Amino acid sequence: MSAVTSVKGLSSLAGILRHVVLLVTGALILVPFLWMISLSIKAPGEIFHASLSFWPVQFYGIENYEKALSEAPLLRYMGNGLMVCGLILALQILLCAPCAYALAKLRFFGRDLVFGMVLAGLILPHQVLSLPLFILGYKLAILNTYTALILPYIVSPFGIFLFRQFFKTIPDDVVHAARLDGLSELAIVWKVMVPMALPAVIAFAIFSVVGHWNDLFWPLIAVRDQSLMPPPLGILVFKNEEAGSDYGPLMAASTLVVLPLTIAFLVAQRWFVEGLTGGAVKQ
Amino acid sequence: MSEPHVFSNAYNRSLTRRGESCLAVSPARRQAFAVAFAGYGLAGPAVFFLLVLFLLPVIGVFFIALTDWQLGAGSFSFVGFSNYREAFADATFRASLANTAVYVLIVVPGTLLAGLTVALLIESGKSCRSFYRAIHFLPFMATVTTMAIVWEALLHPTIGLVNQMFAAVGLPTANWLRNENTVLPVLGALGIWQNLGYAMVLFLAGLKSIPRDLYDAAEVDGADLWIDRLRTVTLPLLGPVSMFVVIVVALRALECFDAVKVLTQGGPGDASEVLLYTLYRESFEYLRTGYGAAIAVVFLVMVGTLTLINALVMDRKVHYQ
Repeated sequence: MSAVTSVKGLSSLAGILRHVVLLVTGALILVPFLWMISLSIKAPGEIFHASLSFWPVQFYGIENYEKALSEAPLLRYMGNGLMVCGLILALQILLCAPCAYALAKLRFFGRDLVFGMVLAGLILPHQVLSLPLFILGYKLAILNTYTALILPYIVSPFGIFLFRQFFKTIPDDVVHAARLDGLSELAIVWKVMVPMALPAVIAFAIFSVVGHWNDLFWPLIAVRDQSLMPPPLGILVFKNEEAGSDYGPLMAASTLVVLPLTIAFLVAQRWFVEGLTGGAVKQ
Repeated sequence: MSEPHVFSNAYNRSLTRRGESCLAVSPARRQAFAVAFAGYGLAGPAVFFLLVLFLLPVIGVFFIALTDWQLGAGSFSFVGFSNYREAFADATFRASLANTAVYVLIVVPGTLLAGLTVALLIESGKSCRSFYRAIHFLPFMATVTTMAIVWEALLHPTIGLVNQMFAAVGLPTANWLRNENTVLPVLGALGIWQNLGYAMVLFLAGLKSIPRDLYDAAEVDGADLWIDRLRTVTLPLLGPVSMFVVIVVALRALECFDAVKVLTQGGPGDASEVLLYTLYRESFEYLRTGYGAAIAVVFLVMVGTLTLINALVMDRKVHYQ
């Protein structure tokens, strides 16, 4: 009797300990996010007074956010980010899905060679390509345009790979039936395969949008005009040229840039985990 | 599975009965052609852009690395391997290589340990799993540029939270990002903070795939304490996952750029110069195209080696099961 209760007591103690440790590590993880929000609603004087409290003595949020939105074209940056990410994703799906279907379901001479090219593209770190792509952009006279931000990413080896894996799990009978129904091969891709592979499409969409929304390396090289900058580059310029260590508006701008993806992540956590681990983790 | 036979039969028959009326044969053959034709049509656009945007540029990098080309210069000449020789003799590039190695050696074990610990803790109970997972995963998807700016505020020598906290409990304070002894470890800590959620979800998936009955068997064999079960069952079975985590985190650490660009620009001195930052600066700030391409090749070789190891390990993992 007493042995049983003591084991139970021990396991509930372990349960409490689990929560304590995870809450502490979780709090440490969240500190930068919380501090960002805290500084974004504090007055300059209070920030430089170096107080440890999260909540400001004087709520200065409206001034900071107003300043962030008026001194930097923040909405413009976010609009740029949205447009660039949206176009990249649309073009990626447009190019990758048919290719993946061809690799998964059609037989043609050179198919293995094409798949080999996809695998080669998959392992190439994109930064290695930046010099030739910069030169290509220069030759095409598209540097410092939206096209320069979008073009290098319109085909995704990972997208082709992921879609191919998923399409392979769809039985051939489905394809045959669709052909008997008179669908063209292209119609099979868009009306049969892509709808059936929706989980892969969503996972890929998250992978792609998060990656390009957060990218700094290529925009730094490809565009100069502030009016073209996506959020990470825009906020870096805002920091270097306007805000300096005027932390209030800077943190307000940071919060606005981080917020959209964070909310999306909290709403659709499972999809984000699957998409961002490249399908290595299936929920 | 039957499709190849259909095609080859049709093909054979078409060979033997050549000259006869094609009516009986050609529909199957024609369909094979139609399928192949559709294959080229559907794969064609993607293949074209794979060539133009990936494969030709990578060949281009190797080629440019053999020249003394400077961006904007009209002409260039071949200089053999002298860009590589110059790089490996250059103090900044050597510092960059060494710093990158140190950074990877901080981030990889730190991320592995933190991710594994958090995963084990989350998996050891049933409540609040997705809540804890969400919190720990959050930094992985947050914009690095933005969060680096926040970290700069946290690490500010006078008004930063870190120094205030450290001073309050009697720990030494520092100008973390301007001190050549602390800058790399601090960037490493930022890297661990950012990546541990990634390692965590990979470990959580690995833990889920361990069969329950192995724990029962271990208990029958006398592994009563959780530490025994951890030692005899959990950790050995997490081996392949751990190897995968080590390599993917190492790849991410090799690609460290954003935080350095925002926080230190490689300084103080060369103390936080890392490979991608050197690549960026030589190629796009100093416009030393040939030299920058040589650095890109070195970077590619390192990433390629890790990726190959990964592929080999993953191959072996299949044989485990």
